[in-house]
Amino acid sequence: MFEATALNRRNERVEWLWKVLFLLMTLILVVPVIIILSVLVYKGHGAITWEFMTEMARSGGREGGIFPALVGTIWLVGVALLASVPLGVASAIYLSEYAPDNWFTRVINLAIINLAGVPSIVHALFGVGAFVLFFRFGASILAASLTLAIMTLPVVIVATRESLQAVPRAFREACWNMGATRWQTIRRVVLPNAVSGILTGVILEVSRTAGETAPIMFTGAAMFIPFLPQSVFDQTMALSYHLFIISNSIPGVAEETKYGVALVLITLVLAMNALSIAFRVYLRGKKKW
Amino acid sequence: MVNPTPDQAIKLEVDNLTISYGTNAILRDVSFQVREREIFGIIGPANSGKTSFLRTLNRMNEFVPGMRVDGQILFDGQDVRNFTNVFALRRRVGVVFPLPVGLPMTVYDNVALAPRLTGVKKKADLDVIVERCLTRAALWDEVKDRLHALGSLLSGGQQQRLTIARALSQDPELLLLDEFSIAVDPVTTMRIEDVLKELRSEMTIVMVTNLVQQARRLAERTAFFLNGELVEVGETEEFFTGTVQDPRTREYVEGKFG
Repeated sequence: MFEATALNRRNERVEWLWKVLFLLMTLILVVPVIIILSVLVYKGHGAITWEFMTEMARSGGREGGIFPALVGTIWLVGVALLASVPLGVASAIYLSEYAPDNWFTRVINLAIINLAGVPSIVHALFGVGAFVLFFRFGASILAASLTLAIMTLPVVIVATRESLQAVPRAFREACWNMGATRWQTIRRVVLPNAVSGILTGVILEVSRTAGETAPIMFTGAAMFIPFLPQSVFDQTMALSYHLFIISNSIPGVAEETKYGVALVLITLVLAMNALSIAFRVYLRGKKKW
Repeated sequence: MVNPTPDQAIKLEVDNLTISYGTNAILRDVSFQVREREIFGIIGPANSGKTSFLRTLNRMNEFVPGMRVDGQILFDGQDVRNFTNVFALRRRVGVVFPLPVGLPMTVYDNVALAPRLTGVKKKADLDVIVERCLTRAALWDEVKDRLHALGSLLSGGQQQRLTIARALSQDPELLLLDEFSIAVDPVTTMRIEDVLKELRSEMTIVMVTNLVQQARRLAERTAFFLNGELVEVGETEEFFTGTVQDPRTREYVEGKFG
């Protein structure tokens, strides 16, 4: 019969200790998320009513609903996507499929990494200078969305490039050997197999764009507008900025209303993330090689 | 050097071909000819420049940065580097890789891809091409009921025959095989060898192989590459009947090294 030595038993105890330690660290990470969500739900659920979601804000957000902010956020995200997805996907295709490995390409890659590291308030100031003033879009959905687009471009580029790179090179070689051009290869083999990863990146971008406040506060978000935007040249309310305003600029807003707005915003973002995860799980089940 | 008989035209003429990567020569000053409609074997141990040679035939070397090609390869008398449209050159050359490549699309689309690239759109035409190529690659009977299953999920042996069917769908004049049996079971290997014997009456086949006996079974003539040098080229049987000129060739075919 095999007998455990003292050393064996000690190793086993040490092993157990490490496992518990790592587990505790992981739990610490989860705690804030749970607290934030439960506090928001506990304090904000009372504010969520049909009227709250569908009515115009009244008296600076103290009364009425958040409908214009909700619609404004959708406008901002939508226009930002229209700008950033084509630009981001196209440049990722260039970088992944066409660009030779030289100093120029490396400089571009470095620029993208740095763009991702620029603080959002700096993006905001850039947006004011470039879109509001230089291009004379004024404070508008267009200016705010373009600022958001530039801020999230690195996310789209990196996600797209990674999903393009995940398509094995052997597939490309097989196509080139058949006399396919680079573009034919991209269109017929690379893109169809990368599109899932690209979409995941885009959805994550949506959730990030919806939550940002700094880039839109000088470029197109308004404190209080009692009607819906009619075009991209209008200013608009937005959920994130609305939350910021009723929290520190407008006195006398009910506690419940503030938590309600936060709850709607975080639900929107989490729903997007969940969609992205569900999509990835679905596509993993359809793995093609 | 065996000169081709007058009744058999020359498909490929390799003149003083040197392939180098930086200062490192992968293939040095190689010259030989491949005849129209023969199976030409290339044998030799790893790193002797066999695969690099295949890549230069359809200018796939252009995807390898830093690779330099000197000398020339005449394809039907025309230097491959002078083809103004490299895609047209590649369409005339079918390639089969060591590891099977089933593209992540249906079996049908795998074989219909090359015709589609050249503008064949009608389903009836594509159907004919797909059935013909799969049949010639000895795969039709196994996949005819699941043409719309993913090609990349077939077994390794089936994927390799799919790769051959795809190469045939280009209607190539030249078929290049790079150690096609390395990842394939013996039964599939024999089936593919039978396919190649059928194909030799229609196209020129250049077959790189690690298996000396495979070259013997299939190739009319064979070249022996060693460390970037062409040691010997001649009728394959001569390699085995003791009429080879270089002692290294005899040692290699007898299995003393490599």
